[in-house]
Amino acid sequence: MTTIGIDLGAKNTKVVILRDGEILTTASVLSGFDQKASADEAVNNALRNVGIARDEIKYITATGAGMDAITFANDTVTEISANARGITAVFPSVRTVIDVGAEEGRVIRLNENGKVVDFGINEKCAAGAGAFTEAMARALEVDLEKMGEMSLKSTKAVPMNAQCTIFAESEVVSLIHQKTPKEDIIRAVHDAIADRITSMARRVGIEKEVALVGGVANNIGFVDSMTRNLGYDLLVPKDPVVPEFIPAYGAALLAQDELNGG
Amino acid sequence: MSTTKYPSERLKSWGKAKTLRENYYRDFAEAHDKGGIRWAGGAWSFDAIPAGLGEDVWCLTGEPYGATVAFNKELALECQEAIETKGFARDLCSYMRNYWGSIILNKYAWPQYSEEFPKPDFMWQDHICCSHAKWYQVASDLEGGIPTFSIDVSVGPYEELTESRLNYIVGQMHDGIKWLEKTTSRDYNDELLIKAVQNEFRTCHYWAAICELNKTIPAPLDEKSMYALYVLGTLRKSSQWTADYYEKELYPEIKDRVKRGIAAVENEQCRIMTDTQPPWAFLKVFRYLEKYGCVSIGSLYTFSLIGLWEDKEDGTWGPRSIPEIEITNRDEALRALAEWNLSKPEWQHFYHPKLKSEMMIRIAREWKLDGVLLHFNRGCEGLSLGIAENRLAIQKAGFPVMPFEGNMGDEREFDLTRTMARIDAFMESLGMKKLVD
Repeated sequence: MTTIGIDLGAKNTKVVILRDGEILTTASVLSGFDQKASADEAVNNALRNVGIARDEIKYITATGAGMDAITFANDTVTEISANARGITAVFPSVRTVIDVGAEEGRVIRLNENGKVVDFGINEKCAAGAGAFTEAMARALEVDLEKMGEMSLKSTKAVPMNAQCTIFAESEVVSLIHQKTPKEDIIRAVHDAIADRITSMARRVGIEKEVALVGGVANNIGFVDSMTRNLGYDLLVPKDPVVPEFIPAYGAALLAQDELNGG
Repeated sequence: MSTTKYPSERLKSWGKAKTLRENYYRDFAEAHDKGGIRWAGGAWSFDAIPAGLGEDVWCLTGEPYGATVAFNKELALECQEAIETKGFARDLCSYMRNYWGSIILNKYAWPQYSEEFPKPDFMWQDHICCSHAKWYQVASDLEGGIPTFSIDVSVGPYEELTESRLNYIVGQMHDGIKWLEKTTSRDYNDELLIKAVQNEFRTCHYWAAICELNKTIPAPLDEKSMYALYVLGTLRKSSQWTADYYEKELYPEIKDRVKRGIAAVENEQCRIMTDTQPPWAFLKVFRYLEKYGCVSIGSLYTFSLIGLWEDKEDGTWGPRSIPEIEITNRDEALRALAEWNLSKPEWQHFYHPKLKSEMMIRIAREWKLDGVLLHFNRGCEGLSLGIAENRLAIQKAGFPVMPFEGNMGDEREFDLTRTMARIDAFMESLGMKKLVD
């Protein structure tokens, strides 16, 4: 039984192919303006990776901001449900999931059966999500991938009070003019996101174990900021999938559940 | 695939409600043409008292007017920009800003009755939330100075009501009548006051009785429809037309729907309530919920902004009984009116969020709810005060809660797409699937 989970996110479209519970492959492409085409491309890449024909796929479940555009999917689920299913498979002991993607930050509280008990999503503001880090990387003229490592070299906590990306950018520019080291500014950016996500997590209620997923979880500087802010150790998935693939993995598992009778 | 579980049909008395509402705004606009008096004040003001000035006295209540403006996105934005330009902050009550904007622009939300904002002859208000009395003080200034009277009703929760607290309000009411006579140069008619008080008893009782019928599965009414019905009580609760409509038309019709098993949402499989005023420009949220077979049976807000409630002998929450008293004079009428209004559930939580949580949990249990949607309404500090505490209490009582941020009257603070995405996640967490696309 082969199923596919697709997570059509604001920045990347991720695909997981699952056969009898085992991950066969994953694939990721940039989400373009034509969302269905992005999904098609990601699915075709994944199928090509493992030499499977499309008609061998029994069920496709889509999730993510653009899920409704994937008209070839059999079903859709929200990122909340997909995350819950995916993380429960990787870390059954997790009761709180923090998902920081490109566009949104989410906190999900689970019960012992992996059922969603409560959740929070950041309101209309990008300052608690990955897009914020990208905007700041541009302002600082630093590669996004180097942000994590650089922030760990910071020697001083610099407060950053702005509540939105637009104002934060001007605050970063002011810090640059004050000759603040880039490492400290980058840490301030990570701390600012962590502050916002932590506030949301406290509103939803934090229960151990706590997992961090989403593309921003690959940023070791942000993980450090979150750990300090939250006061909990964070489980970051590595195997069988990396953090940004958890929702697609969850969607593929839900597709499998569906075929197994729900 | 048909998802219909229950029969459904349109409300027969819907058209009448619409006509009554239109007549209300027309009558206010045309009051002077008929030689009558216009007054403005809040939906919670003691409107039975100015009724004693004569039968040619018409009012404009500010909150429903602010909501009417909000429903018209273009006009709302115009009003908000006008008042911001005048120097007023964006985080003030959004109904109030819409109302003030209307004055500054001199535009009435019902241009078919008057292009210009009809200037009231006096303001008659009470003061329960932080914005109420200030609203009309500023409105008076913006209109160039209009006589204004406000009654302070902040005497504490009803369960702690004492004779001296009641006297404090009744005393202000007596002063108010003298002020009305002086301001309008009219003699006051106590018979009209007594009649208005009795009408108000009926309005508040029957609206609650209508809401109580929503305990039935399937619910005969959905909250989106209730908004168009409860509003009559907020326009003029002491009028004969409101009381008669609720008692003689709407209540019998809803009772009949219950008897025949008529549902508001024909695929009802999930029941929720909301809280506070909705984002008026985005009532489509309720239609979106229906895709999941989800009906909002109402809220503490829709039930008791006007409806009055009490504990029944069987332990349930039901409509407060109409007082079986004979009112023979002005003082008795004012005393009964004050005591009646002080029991209003929506006034209680200005004193402590615990009081609101208790009532909300009671609704969640008695109306057999699956979950609760809380509008963290940035447009109304009064009704949103303590809502985060309400959320925790409701969750503790075992009901899933989905908060969403927005603003009842300022669409700039509401994100429809994300709210619907949030609803998707909440419905999934309740185990619901979309029944229709």
